[in-house]
Amino acid sequence: MIKARITVTLKNGVLDPQGKAIEHALGALGFDGVGQVRQGKVFDVELDGADRARAEADLKAMCEKLLANTVIENYNVTLT
Amino acid sequence: MKSAIVLLPGLNRDRDMIAALTSISGHKPLTVWETDTTIPDVDLIVIPGGFSYGDYLRCGAIAARMPVMRAVAEKAKKGVLVMGVCNGFQILVEAGMLPGALMRNTSLKFVCREVKLSVENADTAFTQAYRQGQVIRCPVAHHDGNYYADPETLARLEGDGQVVFRYAEGTNPNGSINDIAGIVDHSGNVLGMMPHPENLIEPAHGGSDGRPLFESVLGLAA
Repeated sequence: MIKARITVTLKNGVLDPQGKAIEHALGALGFDGVGQVRQGKVFDVELDGADRARAEADLKAMCEKLLANTVIENYNVTLT
Repeated sequence: MKSAIVLLPGLNRDRDMIAALTSISGHKPLTVWETDTTIPDVDLIVIPGGFSYGDYLRCGAIAARMPVMRAVAEKAKKGVLVMGVCNGFQILVEAGMLPGALMRNTSLKFVCREVKLSVENADTAFTQAYRQGQVIRCPVAHHDGNYYADPETLARLEGDGQVVFRYAEGTNPNGSINDIAGIVDHSGNVLGMMPHPENLIEPAHGGSDGRPLFESVLGLAA
């Protein structure tokens, strides 16, 4: 079995109101010097088989087709 | 004029939309379900609002990938009018039938109130019963209506008259770029809008500013 972690993050330049709210909340908790905070998503995916190249290609296709909205988001696939 | 309404689990504005279509056209719309792969011969397909698939992953993301949406896209290519309201707009954007994306409201709050819309293009199949520049009242109810498009896409939308409705008089409820409330696709037969015209069509609603949209799209414009 292959395990993978996919992270989906907002593209640069796309406003992230949730990240902004978190940034302010961290400041309110007394954490000084917090710069920009951007919120994203993490998907842990398990795949049958042992073909890592194919798994990587499949995972990228999953990102393109569903897991990320490529209009506003970037994705990163890491096999673990 | 025959119409169909797309039903997906989690939509909840279908009843209001069916009532509006029925009362204005005199005919009840046909119903199409999420797993249907074909859509009967109709002139108009409507995707109502709600929270399809619980808004999981992203609003409209799962619904946009159901079999029925391939059938909707095929019909749209053939020139059938398609209209998505609220979650319906989010689904059309996620399906790639309209450009851009709908993001979380900048206030991070669900907004349920009345806004003002200006009719930015009265020369579409959806707006011909309005006057160009007319300002109308319309209710909104959403958490993710903050329209975003990259600068090139935005310039194209603005340049080609694809921005159909804009929030007017400082009533932008969600931070939407250029106050965009509704757009059509390049061919002009697919409309997506966040506000709910189906909830303002008769005096009992407190007004009927949404009615001309239905009269336009149902071919009843004078």
